[in-house]
Amino acid sequence: MKAPLKRSNAPIFWALFGAGGMLSALFGPMLVFITGLALPLGLLLPADTMSYPKMLAFAQNIIGKGFIFAIIALFLWHAAHRIFHSLHDIGIHAGTGAKLLCYGSAMLGTLIAAYALLAIGF
Amino acid sequence: MSEMQKTIEIEVLRYHPEKDREPHRQVFEVPFTDDMSVLQGVQYIKDYLDGSLSFRWSCRMAICGSCGMMINGIPSLSCQTFLRDYYPARVRVEALAHFPIERDLVINMEGFIEKLESIQPYIIPKEERTLAQGEYLQTPEQLNAYEQFSSCINCLLCYAACPQFGLNSSFIGPAATALLHRYNVDSRDGGKAERMELINSEEGVFNCTAVGYCSEVCPKHVDPANAVNQNKTNSAADYFLRFLAPKGGAK
Repeated sequence: MKAPLKRSNAPIFWALFGAGGMLSALFGPMLVFITGLALPLGLLLPADTMSYPKMLAFAQNIIGKGFIFAIIALFLWHAAHRIFHSLHDIGIHAGTGAKLLCYGSAMLGTLIAAYALLAIGF
Repeated sequence: MSEMQKTIEIEVLRYHPEKDREPHRQVFEVPFTDDMSVLQGVQYIKDYLDGSLSFRWSCRMAICGSCGMMINGIPSLSCQTFLRDYYPARVRVEALAHFPIERDLVINMEGFIEKLESIQPYIIPKEERTLAQGEYLQTPEQLNAYEQFSSCINCLLCYAACPQFGLNSSFIGPAATALLHRYNVDSRDGGKAERMELINSEEGVFNCTAVGYCSEVCPKHVDPANAVNQNKTNSAADYFLRFLAPKGGAK
């Protein structure tokens, strides 16, 4: 290689992508089942499982907060990375613009989630 | 050709850079027997039908890695792909995908040769030893760590299979990464830090999107996808931990 090698910053996005992928594989189907099927259809779980007071208490608990934050932020980083690379795969080499848009929205979602979780109190 | 002689149609991608503006296809009717490889089919064409057909070949036994072609769109060694598996349908033979065509089925592999040189595919000894000190000994376990990656024959089927190499030819790619890994994990070698600079670079492993087709088409069962993905982990660990452990790894 003639040109000097430039270190790739991909590991940052790859690590977030990997963490999000792992988390979505472990928790995604369960969350879809609980929020999308079990509760609306009244299967298995008590009807008030996701009532406002219960969810508020969950979000105010430090562990619940961490769970919600990790789920939202890492799922977003996973999706952003996948969308960015899929654009490349289907022939849209949008470069920096697409990178900013994809990872920027993940960053924005992460910040909003962090703000909302802190604002809701402990 | 007797009346009983079976024939098979072979459709070949032709390209003569001085005469053709772009590649085109030509169909040949070739006598067919059960034991004929696709390579023997194109050899028949060259010997009896059209002497101008160009292709690379040498050993006829999947060792030299010269006769890689796209056969019905799949990167294959033509010497170990048999016409009987397609008969009586027509077989389509083209130059390996993702490479510039030099002529007909011959591709220009200069880019790969440069990559091969850049990975320093030889042992860079960890310690200088005199002859009197004898040979470098290895345990079976140390041999196992790299042995499968050393089976690469540079046939380039994995590059023809890799969609990411197709999109960005500066990607170091499957075979070169597998060979790089083969030397990095050799207990006698001390060149890992130098080679990791390439792995960590923008031409390095993070171009891979874990498609895995490279390992599927490899005629020597090298599993380059495994080498690439092991080095994603190595590279990421080095990226985050390099400040803690200043020795080893690239700047």
